[in-house]
Amino acid sequence: MWRLAPLIGVLAFILTGCGDPTLSALTPKGPVARDQMFLMILSLSVMIFVFVVVMAIYIYVLVRYRRRKGDNKIPKQVEGNHKLEILWTVIPIILLIIIAVPSITQTFDQARDMRKEKDAIHVNVIGHQFWWQFEYPDLGITTAQDLVIPTGKYVSFDVVSADTNHSFWIPVLGGKIDANRGIHNVFYLKSDEVGIFKGKCAELCGASHALMDFKVNSVSSAEFDAWVNKMKAPPAAVPASAAKGEQIFKDNCMSCHATGVNDKSFGPNLNGFASREMVAGILEHNDANLKRWINDPLAEKPGATMPKVGLNDDQLNEVIKYLDTLK
Amino acid sequence: MAHAHKVKQYRGVMDWLTTVDHKKIGILYLAAAAFFFLVGGLEAVLIRVQLMYPEQNIFVGEAFNQLVTMHGTTMIFFAAMPAIFGFMNVAVPLQIGARDVAYPYVNALSFWLFLAGGVLMNTSWFLGGAPDAGWTAYAPLSTTAYSGFGMDFYVLGLQIAGIGTLIGAINFLVTIINMRAPGMTFMRMPLFTWTAFITSVLLLFAFPAFTVALVELMFDRIFSGNFFEASKGGNVVLWQHLFWIFGHPEVYVLILPAFGIISEVVSVFSRKRLFGYSSMVFATILIGFLSFMVWVHHMFTTGMGPVANSIFAVGTMAIAVPTGIKIFNWLFTLWGGSITFNTASLWGISFIPAFVVGGMTGVMLAAPPADFQYQDSYFVVAHFHYVIVGGVVLGLFSGVYYWWPKMFGRLLNETLGKLHFWTFFIGFNLTFFPQHFLGLMGMPRRVFTYLPGQGLEEGNFISTIGAGLMGIGMLFFLINIIITSVKPRTATNDPWDARTLEWAISSPAPEYNFKQTPLIRGLDAFWKEKTAGNKEMTPAEPLGPIHMPSSSIMPVVMSIGFFISGFGFMYKVYWVAILGLVGALLVMLWRSLYDDHGRHIEVEELQDEGVKA
Repeated sequence: MWRLAPLIGVLAFILTGCGDPTLSALTPKGPVARDQMFLMILSLSVMIFVFVVVMAIYIYVLVRYRRRKGDNKIPKQVEGNHKLEILWTVIPIILLIIIAVPSITQTFDQARDMRKEKDAIHVNVIGHQFWWQFEYPDLGITTAQDLVIPTGKYVSFDVVSADTNHSFWIPVLGGKIDANRGIHNVFYLKSDEVGIFKGKCAELCGASHALMDFKVNSVSSAEFDAWVNKMKAPPAAVPASAAKGEQIFKDNCMSCHATGVNDKSFGPNLNGFASREMVAGILEHNDANLKRWINDPLAEKPGATMPKVGLNDDQLNEVIKYLDTLK
Repeated sequence: MAHAHKVKQYRGVMDWLTTVDHKKIGILYLAAAAFFFLVGGLEAVLIRVQLMYPEQNIFVGEAFNQLVTMHGTTMIFFAAMPAIFGFMNVAVPLQIGARDVAYPYVNALSFWLFLAGGVLMNTSWFLGGAPDAGWTAYAPLSTTAYSGFGMDFYVLGLQIAGIGTLIGAINFLVTIINMRAPGMTFMRMPLFTWTAFITSVLLLFAFPAFTVALVELMFDRIFSGNFFEASKGGNVVLWQHLFWIFGHPEVYVLILPAFGIISEVVSVFSRKRLFGYSSMVFATILIGFLSFMVWVHHMFTTGMGPVANSIFAVGTMAIAVPTGIKIFNWLFTLWGGSITFNTASLWGISFIPAFVVGGMTGVMLAAPPADFQYQDSYFVVAHFHYVIVGGVVLGLFSGVYYWWPKMFGRLLNETLGKLHFWTFFIGFNLTFFPQHFLGLMGMPRRVFTYLPGQGLEEGNFISTIGAGLMGIGMLFFLINIIITSVKPRTATNDPWDARTLEWAISSPAPEYNFKQTPLIRGLDAFWKEKTAGNKEMTPAEPLGPIHMPSSSIMPVVMSIGFFISGFGFMYKVYWVAILGLVGALLVMLWRSLYDDHGRHIEVEELQDEGVKA
């Protein structure tokens, strides 16, 4: 019976395929994730070989040597067998070497420090409870929640936390690195495909750890340059229809949320907010959800630092009109 | 002369509170472990209920984190560890032909301190919320800035229980080194005793690291220390190192005795001597040794650089070699045997494939770049549950069914036992096998929800069904215990045709264990006597009065002192904290100054059949 259990699991796996192609580590979109996938398959193959050998002996033994009714013989008391024991010591060592060599090669390869690399894009990642801040020091841009990267270029990350430990994970681009408070970790990733990928926090960081999602927007080089220019362009004049909302924003939100291109603030910088994929990383981006979020952030994200500001319905609508202009 | 000491003998509840008999303490440990196992299991079911469908709102945010934290902490420290200590108490002194452990009084103290710690931590549910920073309690999430009052219960509860664990380990080291019967050389010890020995060594060296970590966290939380406060020169990664220097050996603290139980069970129920006994002993020692040099594999993504990661990766992979030796030795013990399939052997034999799966993913996790993907995802959750449930829990249940007659004089019901086994085993695979894929498909661990449409629904649903099945399996077990406990004591001395010393005496064992200390003439001492045509062990000494330790309520009093002191520290009422500690120390002083000579069981009493445990 128990032999069926893994089968059911495999069945479930086939039913769901490899998961969401923008989230699953089984659908790599870059060289780092692909190398890691290779290592997973290599180690899995070796291990399945071991499993098959063990199970073959196991099933044979259980069937062949079960005690039958009325059988009262005492089996031969065997002490051991040196040849066999050497065999099952040496073969595993060889199998482990097969896994260990590419593992270590990759470990060193993926630890390359790309911070000095001229060709790479440099991003400082700062984890906060429960959102992500992205700074492009070379470009003079600070943004949050949506990480925009050029496809086909190495991206060098410097990862740190502002509060509890987080872990920065974009499964389709490669494995994660922790964001620790007071310690800067460095690693790199690269995307080969244009697309929007999902990012996650993987280290328990507080009440809304599950909701600390972000997006990775992998765009063509030309689009990336366009995005940089748009971010850096002086802010367009706020249309008259949003002027009221701007004032409400200045009175109530400005103390935590900057909108300047490279301003670091206590809460996420909102420059380009209207173009972001999600509201607060978890809600689909539309005015209704935005209203829901601003009206009561803690109802959507328990433990979030954004308080309930207490704007009335009118004020909420006005502020949203203003936020929609932050393209 | 021996009549000079008339020591009061208690009955009923007082007997259990004052006992220093290793067999009774073993039962106390196992009963407490069973209770905490049910509590932790209930927490697990609640976790799975929340994750059964995407975007549910039953336990979100802090409530979910409390469930996750308490499930992990309870299962590791208050279910698995006491169960291990329970079996060590039940079996080790009997297996080496001793009359008790070296320090019976300390043994009782170990148990009561563990219980005080466990109860203290679980009172948090009713006193403002349970710990919520994960069982790993990573700083700074576990400091006062980011987590609630519950973490104080974690710190104090584990510290108090930890003292019990540490002195328990020392007790078993001394017992196994000094109290073996004549002829019981190290290389004739049953494998369970060997694993108990190595586990005690691991605890002795690993637990102090955790004690230090807890003291530092306690200082940060209660006295505003700065061990983990980065802005004041503290270091958040320090906690991770201390925790895992303890935490990794801890895994082997749990799994080695399970290996030991499996070795006994596989050998007894295939009616064969353990294949490659010396290499099994060697593998146990090697695993214990290596377990101290692999802790960084829990921290590959912490950012320690490629050299550290590579060294610890190779160390981790190396553990697969002695583990593989064990697996093949078990297989070849079965080979050529005459295998009985009863409940005890089903649990024991099914351990092999389940543990091999856990070991396989363990090797996969040892490759750092691949681990960057697995780390903190459900893949890891699946892996360690295959090791802890598929390894430790299956082994422990095997031990429960195997040693039950020796503990209680009754055999557990086989039909219910098999129902328990099959529902639990199928449920276990349904729960954890899909989680491998959930992790690879991008589901981080310790999340209270996930979004629909990401391919995560099926796996989570199956997983929850499996958890329910495991719960049903436990119901069969409880019914079995109740039904069995009302039956008469009919178990014979040796119901399994077993091989080791504990089966040479009555079931349950008399309080003095061996009327005459047995003479050990080889490995599988009792089997050797049986094949030589003897019904009993050959005695190594003439029949004489047996010196027994006195019962004492003092271990309970001391534990209550620590318990009260813990509350004093948590609520910052320091005079209570000091009062509790002073009380405990006064008991310790009194115990040191007062000479207790114990009592003797006389020859006439020994010859009288009426003497029972």
